[in-house]
Amino acid sequence: MRFLSRVWAITWKDLQSDFRTKEMLSTMLIFALLVVVIFSFAFDPGSRETAAVFPGLLWVAFFFAGLLGLNRSFVNEHSNDALQGLMLLPADRSIIYFGKVGANLVLMLIVEAVTLPVFAVFYNTGLPERWPLLLLVLPMATFGFIAVGTFLAALSANTRASEMLLPIILFPIAIPLILSAVEVTAGVFAGGDIAVLITWLKIIAVYDLVFLVVPFLLFEYVLDV
Amino acid sequence: MTDREERPWIVRMLPALRWAALALVLVSLLMVFLYVPADKQLGDIQRIFYYHVASAWNAFFAFFIVFVSSIAYLATGKRHWDRLSVASAEIGVIFTTVVLLTGPIWGRVSWGKWWDWDPRLTTTLVLWFIYVAYLVIRAAVGDDTRRARFAAVFGIIGFVDVPIVFMSVRWWRTIHPTVIYADKMELEPSMVVALVLSVVTFTVLYGYLLGLRYRVAALADEVNEFKQRLRDYR
Repeated sequence: MRFLSRVWAITWKDLQSDFRTKEMLSTMLIFALLVVVIFSFAFDPGSRETAAVFPGLLWVAFFFAGLLGLNRSFVNEHSNDALQGLMLLPADRSIIYFGKVGANLVLMLIVEAVTLPVFAVFYNTGLPERWPLLLLVLPMATFGFIAVGTFLAALSANTRASEMLLPIILFPIAIPLILSAVEVTAGVFAGGDIAVLITWLKIIAVYDLVFLVVPFLLFEYVLDV
Repeated sequence: MTDREERPWIVRMLPALRWAALALVLVSLLMVFLYVPADKQLGDIQRIFYYHVASAWNAFFAFFIVFVSSIAYLATGKRHWDRLSVASAEIGVIFTTVVLLTGPIWGRVSWGKWWDWDPRLTTTLVLWFIYVAYLVIRAAVGDDTRRARFAAVFGIIGFVDVPIVFMSVRWWRTIHPTVIYADKMELEPSMVVALVLSVVTFTVLYGYLLGLRYRVAALADEVNEFKQRLRDYR
């Protein structure tokens, strides 16, 4: 129980510092909305082909907005030796990992909750019959992305080209997740066999588990002052 | 190499590996281009298949070695594991590139199109990106110890991802099958022999290149060590 309250302390710290300036959240939101608009010019919103790629567009917007948030989650800690302060806490260092996963997760979910309706409006998709599935796939896929993304952000924050490095190292690893998320979302909006969607969700679940456990085991090695 | 550090077995075996690789490559070329018959349906272009498969096997094997030596480095902290990792990763990227070049040529002939998102080739493409990312991480970190540590971490994460990538792409292709899939190949006994031989040849070649690259890494470390000592004497 103490472990969880410590993790929550770090999550809350990160969220509070974001909400005070609202800099991170607003940047991520504006970026996601911009992506919606740019895609509307790049792909004709009315055509049937665009309806087919709509799930992909959605997740591209989410993942790139999420990337913005991930980039800064460890870079912030460089000022005032904040990371060193965190490392000196008399607690298991994994609380830093889980705490930041929590904070990044909240931010990305907020962005998704706002952007999805905007997307749906701009593309006139209407409320799909299977919309409750979205409440399942959005958190699950976001969690996997944030779990491995937070870990790799910790790694890249300690390198020279930190902001350029993160997308290069994150996206190849996240490919199974991107694929699965888009397929489930496509199944929600366009219909299709439920059993197929269940399998995709299982793949996301496996991914989430693996990329929570492995980063947790290796986190100690990427923490650096 | 200095007498202080014992030469690892891969470097000691370099002369043997060199001659073995040379001999095997020559024999393999003779077998593949002269001995083995052309495929009944596809003709001579099918011969690329022998080296495509051999490269693919070695690409995955090289990255498995990166995985193992990354774990070993994190567990022991011994520098030579890191040298083995970088050597294997670089050679792995080369073999992966070969697979991605020979695959489309093969595909154009047997399927009629350059790229078909088939599970194995697609997984190889993702593999390429993962290990290029590995090399980019190494390039982005200045400090030796940190670089070794970060690279080792990514070497583990990357390899763990590969089965998941394969699973998801295979499921993807199961529900969205591509129309053309003429992958049937009848292999005569001589073709099987040639295939096995080319796999063995490339594996020995991999071992030889690994030893060479490892030696370069070890020498670079020595040079840096001397530079550091010179700096300390000022």
